Amino acid sequence: MASPAPQHHHHKRPDERTHQAEADRLIAPGHDFGTVTDTISKIVLQRQTPKGWWLGFAFGFCLLQLMLYAIGNLLFVGIGTWGVTIPVGWGFDIINFVWWIGIGHAGTLISAILLLLRQEWRTSINRFAEAMTLFAVACAGFYPIFHTGRPWIAFYWLLPYPNTMGLWPNFRSPLIWDVFAVTTYATVSALFWFVGLIPDLATLRDRAKSKPWKIVYGMAALGWRGSARHWHNYETAYLLLAGLATPLVVSVHTVVSFDFATGIVPGWHATIFPPYFVAGAIYAGFAMVLTLSIPLRKFYGLEDFITMKHLENMAKVMMATGLIVGYGYMMEAFFAWYSSNTYEEFMIKNRMFGPYALSYWALILCNVVAPNLLWIKNLRTNVTVLFLMSFVVSVGMWLERFVIIVTSLSRDYLPSSWGLYAGTHVDWAAFIGTIGLFITLLFLFVRFLPAISIFEMRTLVPAAEMPEEEEK
Amino acid sequence: MRAPIYGLLAEFHSPHEVVEAAKKVHEAGYRKVDGYSPYPIEELSEALEFHHSPLPKLVLAGGITGCLSGMGLEYWASVIEYPMNIGGRPFFSWPAFLIPAYECTILFAAATAVFGMLALNSLPEPYHPVFNAPNFALASRDKFFIAIEATDPKFDREATKAFLASLGAEVVELEH
Repeated sequence: MASPAPQHHHHKRPDERTHQAEADRLIAPGHDFGTVTDTISKIVLQRQTPKGWWLGFAFGFCLLQLMLYAIGNLLFVGIGTWGVTIPVGWGFDIINFVWWIGIGHAGTLISAILLLLRQEWRTSINRFAEAMTLFAVACAGFYPIFHTGRPWIAFYWLLPYPNTMGLWPNFRSPLIWDVFAVTTYATVSALFWFVGLIPDLATLRDRAKSKPWKIVYGMAALGWRGSARHWHNYETAYLLLAGLATPLVVSVHTVVSFDFATGIVPGWHATIFPPYFVAGAIYAGFAMVLTLSIPLRKFYGLEDFITMKHLENMAKVMMATGLIVGYGYMMEAFFAWYSSNTYEEFMIKNRMFGPYALSYWALILCNVVAPNLLWIKNLRTNVTVLFLMSFVVSVGMWLERFVIIVTSLSRDYLPSSWGLYAGTHVDWAAFIGTIGLFITLLFLFVRFLPAISIFEMRTLVPAAEMPEEEEK
Repeated sequence: MRAPIYGLLAEFHSPHEVVEAAKKVHEAGYRKVDGYSPYPIEELSEALEFHHSPLPKLVLAGGITGCLSGMGLEYWASVIEYPMNIGGRPFFSWPAFLIPAYECTILFAAATAVFGMLALNSLPEPYHPVFNAPNFALASRDKFFIAIEATDPKFDREATKAFLASLGAEVVELEH
């Protein structure tokens, strides 16, 4: 490179470099603007689609067909095809809705909150974490829309618009709050994601070899040319969006928790729900980011950009939020005892030793016991352990929602109206189907859009470091 | 007489070079100038004195509009158009209405930030003369550029070209 040597503050000879420094770096040495650009854009622009991509895509696409079956079955047969009935009127639909929405939260946390906190390590993981958010919200949205049975006539009580019946939604209902929170979340996440993509789409437009792709990426890039004037407004907009997404992400799972907390069902009516749900969301979300980033970096050889440092930081956030969630479980048990309320006391006993005790203890094992292994540095920096741990946490968080929703509803105040619940094969098809949708969308994303933010990675290479100002 | 041109485009190889050059271009009195870089360089915007972005004020206005629209919609629907006694609660149950109003605040503010940024940058703009320069595709990779427009009062085709070349750049003419 013709550029002057970058001014490093701490000069170290390679042999002096400790193992620690190697583990701490966010980008491998030897990269410049060009190599960063080419390495990431090559994944998208390569003509030959890797065989592994086809395998993964086909797998996701097959699972997606189960969703088609579940939707078809629901629309032809009716809502009775799901396992929900009285007394458990909320089942897999709400469990899966909360599970998916929670997963999305890590994407917004990484892209917005960590940006405001100036955590540079977010840079290489924010793009696909944001994509994960969008796809998780799409999967989540499926459930509330289809649990209405006939969604095309359900909109008048979900959204406020002048309809022929002259009806308006009840804005005092947490379910309407949810509609507003989730649609806003989906819209803002999509906008944030697209704004981040604009400069990279311009890079793809300039790198693409074939005319049709030049035109496609060119149209998507909106004529971006990297002008200093544009960057100035762009940076302002990006920062403002981060500032807006931060309270948004906290509010979304808070509102989701209100669906439960404003009810008078024992085990739901708790003030601890909002913070405990938000922590759980971030916990589940970071687990999913790990599930995705570990194979992504391996398969596409992105270890230079998604380093051990990134994985370790994510493991730390995951463990910290896991401990908060564990505190939430403790408080639920404590309040049940301290309230001296028969129903609350029964609720926790029923959770621990009732018909769903196995789910409860499995959730404690997955969410409270297992993540404590990450206190040990050797385990925290072991890719295999992290990958397995991310699945354990995802399972644990699904069980948490199952336990909260089903145990409380199945045995509330009147023993005469108790009843057990289990998902039917259609419930399972819908759940596995949304996993298929998620996988399918992710594979399409990785093939057609840069999975790592190219322009933000350029700011991390040594050549981007400006020498200190002497004047002023 | 040669055909009129859009301006001159100077190519630099490092962020440091382009920032130093931008300072000199600004000192020399050129004002119809723009810098181009593959990633945001705060120093480059500063050197060209692009200080003010009206975006924060627009976003504030968007947020206030969103909040008032959300609350207004709820008031209109629940008090005027479709008053319903639900559990004896007042028609105007403002504490419950805060949540949708809050979400509308963020929705409108975020939309203003995105569409405001695009409007201020006059994007989408599929065609621009700088794209005519053969090397300009590298502005999205690893090269840095400064363009001076021919409409600048100080612009002189030959003198400006010589000036830019003296800053260590490769200079090309930009056709319209």
